[in-house]
Parts: sequence; structure tokens; C-alpha cells
Amino acid sequence: MAESSSPYTQYLLQSEPNFFDPEKICPGEMVINMGPQHPSTHGVLRLEVITDGEIVTNVMPHIGYMHRCFEKHAETRAYNQTIPYVDRLDYLAAMDSEHVWAMGVEKMLGIEGQIPKRVEHIRVLVAELNRIGSHFLAIGTYALDIGAYTPFLWLLRDREHIMRLLEWISGARLLYNYIWIGGLYYDLPIGFEERCQEFVQYLLPKLDDLNTILLENKIFIDRTANVGILPLDVGINYGCSGPMLRSSGLKYDLRRIDGYSVYPELEFDIPIGTGIMGTTGDSWDRNYVRALECRESLKIISQCLDRLQGDYKRTPDFDPQAMCPKKIRPKEQELYFRGETARGELGFFFRSTGKSDIPFRCKRRSPCFSNLSVLSEIAKGCMISDLIAIVGSIDIVLGELDG
Amino acid sequence: MTFEEIRNFIIDKFGSEVVVREHNQAPQPYLVIETARIADVCQELFSNPQTYFDYLACLTGLDNGPEAGTLEVIYNLYSIPYDHQLTLKVVTERLTPAGALPNVPTVAPIWKTADWHEREAYDLVGINFTGHPDLRRILCVDDWNGHPLRRDYEWPDYYHGIKVRYDNHNEVNGFKGEGLASTINPGLPPLVNEN
Repeated sequence: MAESSSPYTQYLLQSEPNFFDPEKICPGEMVINMGPQHPSTHGVLRLEVITDGEIVTNVMPHIGYMHRCFEKHAETRAYNQTIPYVDRLDYLAAMDSEHVWAMGVEKMLGIEGQIPKRVEHIRVLVAELNRIGSHFLAIGTYALDIGAYTPFLWLLRDREHIMRLLEWISGARLLYNYIWIGGLYYDLPIGFEERCQEFVQYLLPKLDDLNTILLENKIFIDRTANVGILPLDVGINYGCSGPMLRSSGLKYDLRRIDGYSVYPELEFDIPIGTGIMGTTGDSWDRNYVRALECRESLKIISQCLDRLQGDYKRTPDFDPQAMCPKKIRPKEQELYFRGETARGELGFFFRSTGKSDIPFRCKRRSPCFSNLSVLSEIAKGCMISDLIAIVGSIDIVLGELDG
Repeated sequence: MTFEEIRNFIIDKFGSEVVVREHNQAPQPYLVIETARIADVCQELFSNPQTYFDYLACLTGLDNGPEAGTLEVIYNLYSIPYDHQLTLKVVTERLTPAGALPNVPTVAPIWKTADWHEREAYDLVGINFTGHPDLRRILCVDDWNGHPLRRDYEWPDYYHGIKVRYDNHNEVNGFKGEGLASTINPGLPPLVNEN
């Protein structure tokens, strides 16, 4: 190649070389790079695709373009100082990640049963609000990927209400640092419960609209049904989790299985994919499960609101930081703690030495990382346009994937 | 199955020498398995209908530092139908006597999710998973030097002419130093306070 004489081209070739050798693929096949700056990759993901005409015969994802050394950062900071970094992992559902981090550290400290009930309910409330916002963005941008513009605008309009609510609580729209170890940054603002109640009433009919405008739309079904089918055994073997695994027909939700926080006291269903429009585990199912989950999250939110206005209502002397430990120094131990975020099983592996306020080792187990690894399995043999539909339906957030 | 039952199951199948050490205290008991046998043990735990660990939740590489001289791989297994979990561990030396990366048998043929997790452990911690189908770097660029999560890792000054260390960036610009500076700039006090 003529341009490879430039030193910068040489650097590029060295830094992320192609997996497939153009000399060794079959005649008639072609290597195409999709990304890293392709809009449908939802960030910076590079897919090296081998195509035979319009058919994708092999895919190799290249990740790491947004690697920001989360684990290294976490190993140089005290546990409470890492919470803003946890926000930046999954920036679309930061409350969920914060919740998992805080619970993990509380479990190491042995104070997981002593958190005030009001705090626990507020945590679940904000995590579920954030989950709806994340699913709305996932479905909205997915629709945009495959050519539907209106649902994106509708969903972002509704998500804006969630962003405003969370901004009212914490002062930030995306990266909150609201859930602290042992408590919360601040109690709910006065009038929040009532406003949130109104929002629940507002959103319920919008979910029906979402069904009408997008999920039951003929074009949407034609683009997504029977596309990117993930069989259940393959999903489990690849470590998929969250809506991705549930759409393949397994009721696997850590909020129920591990029963952390106040989830065992709350009533909600776990929607699974049943292949209404095609085959169980196809791209349509994945989006349908997300849409159904929004409804379940709304159920959880209204139950939390009822309790926050009833049994655990605001009192003048309530201090959300009352249980926050002044010194966060867990005993010498190892712990893998996991929780359900909007994308699946987010886990943190901690090793504490007992002599230090910072973890000796902190590993994040990202749900997107495992969910994306199945791509080359499920995308073989699809059309190039379907590849966009499959990548979008996995709902990756590159900040979390690359860590 | 409880932790004790799983331990006895492994000892029955493979003999007692396969379990090098065990730690059965809350919150997370674990078994240290002989490094060369880890893939066999995992295969048995995966395929035996009594245990059926079908989900590899997490695989962690961990460097204990040059003083300890050891390196660990931690496997968090979970069984979806039985709802039981198990932590296995492998302890190996940081470098082989020849100075190469330590070898640990791969579990990628058993759980496909281990493919990328092992690539990440190889990339960041520097563990050579023998038998891995495609052991390349995954998060760092391909021509990066060293393994960043090793305790004795030193940051390069430049990568292809791009400045890597902005060690005095905060001080030069009038910001108060942050915690990370304690590893990059040894002059700042570390966050650890021993007492």
C-alpha cells in the first residue's frame, strides 16, 4: 500500500492490526472495517467484517478505544473516591452501577443490614428511574440505527423527564455520585415524591405509544425479527446477562436471584423473550424485553414512592449520611459482588488487605464485555444491514465495555 | 451444594493433592487448585450433572507484587439451575525461571466467555493462558509494552510520540494533586495510612 510509507499509518497498523489477513480469505470475500467512528457502534467500537457480497461471513470486534484504566484508578483511591469513576463506567445507568459498588463495599464492611430503610428505598427508586432512562435511550438509538427517527425523539423527550428528576436529586444529569457507601449524598428534595408520582402517571401511556409506534410496526418487525438469534445455551456459555439473556427465555435476574437491597419486598415480574414475532432470542425480543422491563421498573418505582410517603416518610431528623462510615477500611478479605444493572450482571471483585483504605485489587466484570463477545457467534451469515441491527440490540456502552 | 460438599466432590474425583489450600471463611470461601489441573477440574465441574457450573461469572488476574512473587487467577463460577457458587483460585509465580510470563491452562474451551476474560488478564496482568485459541491484547494497543496492572509496571514516557505521563500536570496548572499522583509521582504521600 502506498500510504503505509507514512509513519503514522505504520503506527496505526502496529497499534491495532487486522485479525484477518486479506491474502488468506476466500476469493470473492472482502475485509471491511466498520467503525471505530461509525454512529451505530454507539461509541468507539471497531468491527472487522469479512463479507461475501452482502453476507457477513465473519466478524471480529476490536475494543479498547475508550480504555481509561478504571481498575488502575480504583486501586489508587479510597473506596468512596472511586464512586465518580464507577459513574463513568456505564454513563447511561450510573445509579445502578453506584448502587452495586456501594453494596459491595458495605458487604465487605459488614454493615449491609444496617442501612436505613428509607435510604434503601431511595436507592432502588433512583436506580430504577435510571434503568428506564437507559432502556429508553437503548431502544431509541436502536430505532435510529435502523432508520426510524420519530421514536428516538419521543423516547428522548420522555427520558428528559428522568434526567431532570435525577438532576433535581443530585445536581447532575448523567454522573451523579449520589449513592454513597453507607448512605446517600442527600435526602430527596421536598416535593420529589409527588412529582415522581405524576411522572409515573405520565409515562404509563407513553409505553403503550412505544408499542404502537415502534415495536408493533411492520417495518421494525421485518428488520429485527429472526435477526441475530441468540440460543439460550450459547448465551449462558458466553456469559451473557441482563435483557440479552432474558430475551433468550431464561428468568435470570439478579434482583430476584440474589435478592439484594429491598427487592425481595417489592413485587415485580421478570419479562422474558418468547419469540412472539419470530424466534426466541432475536433482536426484536431483546428490545421487547427492555420495553417490558420499563413497565416493571415503573411498578417498583410506584411501590417505593408509596413506602417513601408511608412507612418510611420524611422526618426532620432523618440523616441520609448517618450510617456513612468515617473510615472505610474493610477487613482482610476477598469478595465478588454482583448486581443487576440496565445491561446485566455488573460485578466487582475486591481484595482488601485490611491495612489500607484502598483496595489491593479491584476488577470490574462488565456485562457489555461478555454480551459483545457473543457477536461473532450470532452475526455469522447475516446481511451487513442486519449486523447494524444486531450490534444495536446488544445495547453496548463502550465506557463500561472498555473500563 | 455447599462449599464443603463441592470440595469433597473435587477431592473424590481428583485426589486430595489437587486442592492446594482452602479458605472457608465468610464472606467468600475459596479453593486453591493445582495450576496444571485447573482446566480438568473446571471441565468436571462444568459437565458433571451434580455440580453443573454453567456460568463463569468473572475471571480475575491478580499480581501480588515482586516481594510476594506470586500471581493469582480467580474464577467465580455460578450454577444457574442449582443457584450455587464457587470461587476457585490458581497461584503461580510471577515469572518463569526463564523470565517468561507464567503459564496457566486456559478454560476458554469450557466457557466461551473466558476467551475475552483471559485476553484481558493477559493484557493487563501478564498471564500466558496455554491452549488459548486467540491470545492477543484486548484493551491496550497491540504494540504496548508491559502489563499495566503488574505492581512493578512503569509507565512509558512516550507512545509513538504521544506523551503518556502528565505527572506534573496538576501542579503546573495550579490544581491540587490527586491520589493517582501517588503512583505516578513518588513524591506525593500515598493514600495508605498504616496504623
